Amino acid sequence: MRFRPTVAETIAGVLLLLLVVAALWPSLLAPGDPLAVSHADAFQPPSLAHLFGTDESGRDIYTRVVHGASESLLIGVLATAIGIGLAVVLGFVAGLGPRWLDFGTTRVVEVLFAFPGLLLALLFIVVTGPGVLSSTIAVGLATAPGYARIIRSQVRRTASAEFIEAARVLGRGRLWITARHILPNVTAALFVLATLGLGQAIIWVSSLSYLGLGAVPPAAEWGAMLAAGRTYIANFWWMTFFPGLAIVASAAAATVIGRGIQKRNRSAA
Amino acid sequence: MAGALTLPVPTTGARRRPVPGNRHWLLLRAGGVLFVLWAAATITFFALRLVPGDPAEAILGGPGSQAGPEALAQVRREYGLDQPLVVQYLTYLGRLVTGDLGQSYSLHKPVLTAIGEQFGATLTLALVSLALAWALACALAAWSVRGGRVAWAIGSGLELVAAAVPHFWLATVLILFFSLTLGILPPVSVPGPLGIVLPALTMAIPLAGFLGQVMRESLLTAMESPFVTTARARGESEVRIFWRHTLRHAAIPAVGLSGWAFGSLISGAVVVESVFARQGLGRSLLSAVQLRDVTLVTGIVLVVALAYAVMTLVTDLADRLIDPRTRAVAE
Repeated sequence: MRFRPTVAETIAGVLLLLLVVAALWPSLLAPGDPLAVSHADAFQPPSLAHLFGTDESGRDIYTRVVHGASESLLIGVLATAIGIGLAVVLGFVAGLGPRWLDFGTTRVVEVLFAFPGLLLALLFIVVTGPGVLSSTIAVGLATAPGYARIIRSQVRRTASAEFIEAARVLGRGRLWITARHILPNVTAALFVLATLGLGQAIIWVSSLSYLGLGAVPPAAEWGAMLAAGRTYIANFWWMTFFPGLAIVASAAAATVIGRGIQKRNRSAA
Repeated sequence: MAGALTLPVPTTGARRRPVPGNRHWLLLRAGGVLFVLWAAATITFFALRLVPGDPAEAILGGPGSQAGPEALAQVRREYGLDQPLVVQYLTYLGRLVTGDLGQSYSLHKPVLTAIGEQFGATLTLALVSLALAWALACALAAWSVRGGRVAWAIGSGLELVAAAVPHFWLATVLILFFSLTLGILPPVSVPGPLGIVLPALTMAIPLAGFLGQVMRESLLTAMESPFVTTARARGESEVRIFWRHTLRHAAIPAVGLSGWAFGSLISGAVVVESVFARQGLGRSLLSAVQLRDVTLVTGIVLVVALAYAVMTLVTDLADRLIDPRTRAVAE
């Protein structure tokens, strides 16, 4: 079977690649200093010298967007990892445990599901106080119930397959079956979930930063940049437009790639 | 259970188990809502205890409040913080049942009063957005099944927008376009119908993309179903077939999503209300989080969880009314 990406997937792939490069070696794409202040250059509109314009302190927004990639991406990855990690535990406990445990876990997930996502995150932040780390954990926590539901049903479906029955008949232990048969079969789905979730996590965490509950300026995190530009929106649109575009582009790219993998998984199955 | 009375339901996707009768179902679901509320209250109660430091201080606004010893002692007495935890918990539940959500320190009034003042604005915004999203989604889906490649491209583009555009950025772009470039709509929410347009549009566009995507797929499936051919053979007009048969089928999954949609609208309201400086629960919640007004936060969260649970129940009920397969009960 040959792998043939669509146009959208190619663009998304290139974008994600750029994002990773920006996150790992930002100087490769933007050699300047993201925190270099130059008051003479404040509020410059986009031009060849400043592709995305400059902010209130004359910092180059293109450089800041590129250098912000690592923090925004790291936060997104971390939040997704927390959400999925928690969901794997809940999903496996519910999917493989005895009935009462399944019942209990499912109810817990249902209750968490009763809070619209952002509310759960806000509830967490009011307990821990605002900040980058707590907003990241908050988003991870808020997304976990959704993942847990999907993982539970995946685990259930796999556990009732014939080859699992065969392994059991062969006298394999519970743990062995879980590690050797069920986990690998759920991994593909997990990978798709993580890719799709990454875009959402970036959006959520930047939303929290925008609301002043996550990263704070002058950090070059995208949400924080947007929050800083909010004051000047009436006159200097580029301060909010470009960091937002970076968020939209990464979230869209992750979504396209995630859907692509999902589609191929499904047709392969 | 109504097991003996229930006919086997035609298997469609996930629905395989026989469904209990309407009244049973409603009772069961209402019980579920109560359970969820109790659990939500329990979570918020313990969340309140988890706030680091003295809970009395937290109630007064955290360590920054610099509350005097008398004030702290008074709060401790008032909230029964000198009592054992179990007693506190039961008192808390008792208060909730009577509708007492406590006192907001930042607003200097009962939490329930504060919520009452803001609830209407958010509900209006959420309902207008939901209606707008539905209208957009229906138009989009109906058009895209006929429109060929262009419509398909726009449809899937909107779907991507729905998944990838944060509310705050969409709001910014809409403000830039409609307020600052065209100058036809106010950039902040003014009282009156004009003020709600941009906030509602901000929340409706992503949602419409999502609902439209779901509807588009089920519309395509429904149009190829045998019952459409049957209707056509009976000589029904295309328009009638569309409204009576296909659209009804296509609406089922999207109606089921409306409960979820309502939840996402509430999340969106937190952001959108702040961007447009519009009054409402979301904005109060945000400022309560920023001020660490714990009682106000937990109060709003509980009320929203209640509204969300009720909304989910209503959409499930609507689902049953539209789709007879979910209530196949023999008389």
